[in-house]
Amino acid sequence: MTPDLPTVWRWLEDVPDPEIPVISVVDLGIVRDVAWDGDTLDVAVTPTYSGCPATSVIAMDIETALYGRGVRNVRIRTRIAPPWTTDWLSAKGRAKLREYGIAPPSPAGGPEACPQCGSANVTRVSQFGSTPCKAHWRCDDCLEPFDYFKCI
Amino acid sequence: MGGQGALFEYLLRLGDNTLILGHRVSEWCGHAPVLEEDIALANTALDLIGQTQMWLGLAGEVEADGRTADDLAMLRDVWDFRNVLLVEQPNGNFGQTMMRQMLFDAFHFELLSDLAGAGDDRIAAVAAKALKEVTYHFDRSSETVIGLGDGTEESHARMQAALDLLWPYVGEMFTPDDIDAAMFEAGVAPDLRLLRARFDSRVDRVLKDATLARPDSSYAQTGGKTGFRHSEHLGHLLTQMQWLQRAYPGAVW
Repeated sequence: MTPDLPTVWRWLEDVPDPEIPVISVVDLGIVRDVAWDGDTLDVAVTPTYSGCPATSVIAMDIETALYGRGVRNVRIRTRIAPPWTTDWLSAKGRAKLREYGIAPPSPAGGPEACPQCGSANVTRVSQFGSTPCKAHWRCDDCLEPFDYFKCI
Repeated sequence: MGGQGALFEYLLRLGDNTLILGHRVSEWCGHAPVLEEDIALANTALDLIGQTQMWLGLAGEVEADGRTADDLAMLRDVWDFRNVLLVEQPNGNFGQTMMRQMLFDAFHFELLSDLAGAGDDRIAAVAAKALKEVTYHFDRSSETVIGLGDGTEESHARMQAALDLLWPYVGEMFTPDDIDAAMFEAGVAPDLRLLRARFDSRVDRVLKDATLARPDSSYAQTGGKTGFRHSEHLGHLLTQMQWLQRAYPGAVW
């Protein structure tokens, strides 16, 4: 039996991002389209950053998850246009990032508040962080360093 | 040269610029003055290598001779590279690396802005993607140049020396040749004279805030993007970058 697309989307919601496992590849907004082409499941994925090493792992994780659900043929397509934007992060994804200790992206160009204590008294340490998608910030009240998910 | 041949050459220029600069910047990994800068440089290099995969991948498709992005990056020798001379120049000190980065980022930002609206959909898609990353690169490199230029007596002197050293490599990026002309006529590439004006105003703003004096000379070293004459540095870079394929031809894993 061929699973319907809403079911496939629910399965993909269980595939974690390899670098930030609290959010799924769907929350991250990189799965752009899912469609059946005969008996092959076509999945369009938009990479976050050009050189992000997680991209190939993500494609493999999606394939593995779908094979595990009994899908026989999976085709991952890389779609670069339109380019990925942090606007595609789901509301659920943003909330999970914050709970995990990563400040979600903000159009103001910096975090709204420290994800640990909620203070708005924060300073940028570096424009880059532990992965291409993050920058390194510090809270000047609780003095904890934290990651900020860059807004692009 | 026209048609697909010119397009292939143009894509090599785009991909070789990001490949060679990406490799140069990655040489800092583990050596930068502070950990944050080390990470920032590695991230910048990563973006550039990622962009290279797209540009050289597209070049391989256009060439239609079965060569992949990896083949083009790892199996060509010096005379086949089409990057501008600026990006193959050695890192020097940290300030010199950041000056080279700012000068290239300013050019790259303006070029990609135009290519993102280009007549070729494939080029426009890669440019739009890369532009987001390069906007960030320029923010950082320009802030760093300003911080060091308008810094201590020592850092100011080093940044002025870096600018004087690298300035002769700026002109090549804006020196049009047959390939640039063919791509301009095809509606793909911008008019390099207009690009130069935007580059100048962007860079002048940075240099002013950095209290640095732009060199008077308009003398330009050329020969990189045409492949006519690279500087001696590119060959040494390739012996590092291509070491594995040279020692074990065709190795895969």
